[in-house]
Amino acid sequence: MNINATLIGQAIAFLIFIGFCMKYVWPPIIEALDERKKKIADGLAAAERGRHEQELAEKRAQQVIHEAKEQANEIISQAQRRGNEIVDESKDNARVEGDRILTSAKAEIAQEANRAKDELRSQVGAVAIAGAAKIISREIDDKAHTDLLDELVGQI
Amino acid sequence: MASESTITTSGYIKHHLQNLTYGQHEDGSWGFAESAKEATEMGFWAINVDTMLLSVVLGGLMMWFFRGVAKTISAGVPTGTQNFAEMIIEFINDTVRGSFSGGKNDLVAPLALTIFVWIFLMNLMDLVPVDFIPLAVAHGASALFGVDPHHVFFKVVPSTDPNATMGMALVVFGLMLFYSFKIKGTGGFLKELSFEPFGKWALPINLVLETVTLLAKPFSLGLRLFGNMYAGEMVFILIATMYSAGLVLGSVAGLLQVGWAIFHILIITLQAFIFMVLTIVYIDMAHQHH
Repeated sequence: MNINATLIGQAIAFLIFIGFCMKYVWPPIIEALDERKKKIADGLAAAERGRHEQELAEKRAQQVIHEAKEQANEIISQAQRRGNEIVDESKDNARVEGDRILTSAKAEIAQEANRAKDELRSQVGAVAIAGAAKIISREIDDKAHTDLLDELVGQI
Repeated sequence: MASESTITTSGYIKHHLQNLTYGQHEDGSWGFAESAKEATEMGFWAINVDTMLLSVVLGGLMMWFFRGVAKTISAGVPTGTQNFAEMIIEFINDTVRGSFSGGKNDLVAPLALTIFVWIFLMNLMDLVPVDFIPLAVAHGASALFGVDPHHVFFKVVPSTDPNATMGMALVVFGLMLFYSFKIKGTGGFLKELSFEPFGKWALPINLVLETVTLLAKPFSLGLRLFGNMYAGEMVFILIATMYSAGLVLGSVAGLLQVGWAIFHILIITLQAFIFMVLTIVYIDMAHQHH
């Protein structure tokens, strides 16, 4: 237990170890630790950002869904309105068409009737004359009576 | 104990407290001291081979371990060994950050790491049963070199050698002086020594007080560690002497040794920690302007 040169030897060994530790041990390890710290902080920040973005996206999605729903409703109501319009239109058309058909039918009927009257008119004379001729064939002068009848027919 | 008949209890204790000293004998030849008296007579220019050998081996082991980690370290997910090393480094870094306020200094943290781990390892040798390594060395030496095993000393715990602890304390003292001069300048440092704490009219008293304060730092640092470890080792040796005192005392000794060893785990860690923290504080004080 004497103080001797070991004192100096220990001091030198100590200095060498400190130097080695300072140059080759401490810097790489502490650098890696700092890098990891930074990585973790970055990761946390990124996660936070991601969460924020997700929230925004969700909000946006909801908005889009909402808009889509509104649009769909609008389209449906439009379609309904349009349908009603079409129905009304066709009803009107049908009525107009019916009226037209009715009118044309009436006109045709009137025409037909006129034609029948004309025909009838043209034939009534002959029939009446034939009848009359048969009834009064003996004493009636054809010519005088035809004039009379024609006059009669003209009055119809 | 190689041969109990020839070794007394006090002889056994003395044997265990003697370093393996290499130096110049009285007659001028160089060699290992074969007794405590011879070791003392060798004077200052002798060297405690056991202290040097074990401390350098332990320090080398420490550097090898940390260098290995430093080489392969990655910022990714740490595994096994790296985890362990990082735990120590983080602990040291936190302690330095908490105690050192002198701004950027690349030396303090590695210094603290070296001190803590090295002293811890040196103290840890205390937990090896007291006879294992000395007996192995003594018999190895007698087998290899034909020397008398009773005259081969081997002290296993380097920190029970005041040379080791004071050597480290002196380096810390040197660093304190270096930073005092560097940060405060020669004038600032001398002013601090002369004009505090009582102002410039009490200059001689101040000088004496401050010098004593300054010198007390390395002494308290080195002697505290030495004293604690020496006392702890002494208790282990005393317990070990009980093994030769019969079955009952021997069993008691076994229990005592286990108990003391468990308690000693606390002491060796604490002493390493105290040495480290005080070093940081002293170097921090060297950075402070008054």
